[in-house]
Amino acid sequence: MLLDIENISVKYGNAPKPTIENFSLKMKEGEIVSIVGESGSGKTTVIRAVLGLLPGGGRVTEGDILFEGKSLLGYSKKQWLDLRGSHISMIFQDSGAMINPIRKIGSLYVDYIRNHKKVSKKEAWDMGCAMLERMRLPSADNVMKSYPFQLSGGMRQRVGIAMAMTFEPKLLLADEPTSALDVTTQAQIVRQMMELRDEFGTAIIIVTHNIGVAAYMGDEIVVMQNGKVVDRGDRDHILHHADDEYTRELMRSVPTLEGLRYV
Amino acid sequence: MSDRVPVLQVKNVTRRFPASDGRTLLANNKINLEFFPGETLGIVGESGCGKSTLMRMILSLDHPSEGEILFKGKNIAELKGEKLRQHRRHIQMVFQDPTLAFNPKMRIRDIVCEPLLNLNVIKPSEKEAKARELLEMVNLPGDFASRYPHNMSGGQRQRVGIARAIALEPEVIMCDEATSALDVSVQKNVVELLVGLQKKKNIAMGFICHDMALVSQLSHRTAVMYLGNIVEVLPSEKIHDGALHPYTKALLGAIFDLNMDFSKKIESIESEAPSPLDVPVGCPFQNRCDRCRDICKQENPALKRMEEGHSVACHLY
Amino acid sequence: MGKIKEFIRKNKQFTLFAILALGLIAVAILAPVLTKYDPYQANLGGALQAPSAEHWFGTDKLGRDLFTRIIYGSRVSLAASLTVVAIIFVGGSLLGVIAGYFGKAVDTVIMRLSDMMISFPGMVLAIAVAGILGASIRNAIIAIAIVSWTKYARMSRSLVLKIRHVDYVSAAVVTGSKVSYILRKYMIPNILPTMVITAATDIGGMMLELAGLSFLGFGAQAPTPEWGLMLNEGRVFMQNAPWMMIFPGLAIFVTVVIFNLLGDSLRDVMDVRDE
Repeated sequence: MLLDIENISVKYGNAPKPTIENFSLKMKEGEIVSIVGESGSGKTTVIRAVLGLLPGGGRVTEGDILFEGKSLLGYSKKQWLDLRGSHISMIFQDSGAMINPIRKIGSLYVDYIRNHKKVSKKEAWDMGCAMLERMRLPSADNVMKSYPFQLSGGMRQRVGIAMAMTFEPKLLLADEPTSALDVTTQAQIVRQMMELRDEFGTAIIIVTHNIGVAAYMGDEIVVMQNGKVVDRGDRDHILHHADDEYTRELMRSVPTLEGLRYV
Repeated sequence: MSDRVPVLQVKNVTRRFPASDGRTLLANNKINLEFFPGETLGIVGESGCGKSTLMRMILSLDHPSEGEILFKGKNIAELKGEKLRQHRRHIQMVFQDPTLAFNPKMRIRDIVCEPLLNLNVIKPSEKEAKARELLEMVNLPGDFASRYPHNMSGGQRQRVGIARAIALEPEVIMCDEATSALDVSVQKNVVELLVGLQKKKNIAMGFICHDMALVSQLSHRTAVMYLGNIVEVLPSEKIHDGALHPYTKALLGAIFDLNMDFSKKIESIESEAPSPLDVPVGCPFQNRCDRCRDICKQENPALKRMEEGHSVACHLY
Repeated sequence: MGKIKEFIRKNKQFTLFAILALGLIAVAILAPVLTKYDPYQANLGGALQAPSAEHWFGTDKLGRDLFTRIIYGSRVSLAASLTVVAIIFVGGSLLGVIAGYFGKAVDTVIMRLSDMMISFPGMVLAIAVAGILGASIRNAIIAIAIVSWTKYARMSRSLVLKIRHVDYVSAAVVTGSKVSYILRKYMIPNILPTMVITAATDIGGMMLELAGLSFLGFGAQAPTPEWGLMLNEGRVFMQNAPWMMIFPGLAIFVTVVIFNLLGDSLRDVMDVRDE
């Protein structure tokens, strides 16, 4: 078992109600799990909890998170730093926004690599270039020399993925990775993430409100509402045979090309 | 179809913006579109394709560099001052982000009645009653009149936005990604509301959206924009299997649809759209099209009528 | 009543300085009650007396009671600085709003004008203006207003630009709002809090500049009891009648500090966004 989330509840500050309640998830290597839900369903909180990145006084109040059999909850700062990036990494909705706008991609990337691994600047630069090339970014050297704002949203997202994949982590957490992108770019990024599994054997948790993307990518799809899992299963189950009324209604609400027409 | 009279016509509209170092940004290139009463025209395209610029011109928030925008035969692109202000009652808008669309310091009552007071349609004393009436039209409780926007959910706010847009009983309503900030279940309700109001009031609607599936659901015709050009206009029921333009097809291929064949690999064009600062000579889609020929690099294809209601701008046809 | 108590409890600093500032204003208004002397009444026999029970702050070279003159001086200083701030607050903000909202040529003209103003050192330009117009407290006000409005224009312009293209302003345009209505209902309420805070913080600074001009002889003229001018009058007697400088100086210092801190605490009060 790569990741075993056992019945966790997460609370923020003095909130009377937990943001997520009794959430469980088991993942094997190379497995892709999609978590879908509407705003406020707690889907992002799940992956933030896994990476120990709960903002503003959020904490796991119940349950345990095991990564490769070890509980993450008691980790020290040092252990977290060691874990993040090398074993578990994360990509965000807009990777551009996570990058310091006044620094060039290359300088950030080199710093990032050298924070995790003792290599020379030159070696780090080459590692970065190689990774960008593997993510099919044309002219990796130019990308390294660019400022974030000089790249398109799709390219920034690829840089984000490349950085996340540098140390070939076993688990990649993706928080709405395509929501800021156009349709064609979204398809490119989804395809790229699918290839990560084939190439690196990476397991992925993708959190998204785009049910089409979730259905396409996920081996398992988890539907959340108000902090609770209301349904889970494979694509066929969720799309066509969901047990839960909310899930069925959600599926009916998604516009489809050959679906219901109002006019 | 040809005997119908369009209420709004966009004729040969071009919009250029001056950019730094003497370059020009071509946001809209000779756009032609027609809006008919009681009908929705969906406008789809990716970011930077010029759909928002087009919409701003239709709403007289911006002026075309060339071309005309005719409302009932009258060129509204030339209107100014008081005449323009009086004209505004005919074309209204629903905004994308319901958190930004209202003055946070105003109560809902003042928000929905503002258009009516601006144009002296009602007296201030009638405000309360009118606000309730408008709110009830969008299926909100009349008591919401005394709330502030930040005390409402996104879907409720978007309903208020719709109430404001219909207050003046306009002939045309433009919706700018009016549902993309909402959750799908909320989106569905808002779409149903819009469609219902449109039918009841015979409004011509422009629905700008990046979601092809949604557009195909609620619009009668769909216009596809790419890099400032309209590349295809087609009846929405034909979107799924009747699209001709390679770009429209590429968009369709990139959609994750719940009815798609999940065993098939997703198709997508790998390249990115050129910047509107250097639009290529010839067809705007040439560098990403796998069927690009010599003529595509020399001449921008005009919209050609294929059949009733379906035109395409492509040298292949 | 409960609400006021709650406000005071939450904003102790602001309450303190507001009371002090009101106290200063009260002193200015109640000047005749607070002292039995006439600020203009010379008594050459009692010139340059040190502070005593009879003359708390001593007397000046003409034997006028210094305490009285400082009390009456607060009238001149406060009135003049409040006038300057009012002029630049209203005029500068309005010009800024107009520049920001209309843009294009209007913006260019107003902003280039303001560029010209700030390309000179403020005090030097004020001296030049006061010099040309002639020395009087009125002209000092005009001079300082001319060089100080630009800050308000720049700030209000940038605040307007920030919301000029926000959806809700576009919505106001689309729904047929008149320009004057948009300025009144959307732009001005939006810039007001920041501008009021700036104005409050500026009162002290303006007072210093006015006192400075008067000290240099470009502002108030003798025998007006004005703190800057009194400082200048006392300068010659610094060795044998230091109170002639100490007390006007203290008056300026205390007043400027009170108004500066009032402005600062006002910022804290207004930053709380509650509906």
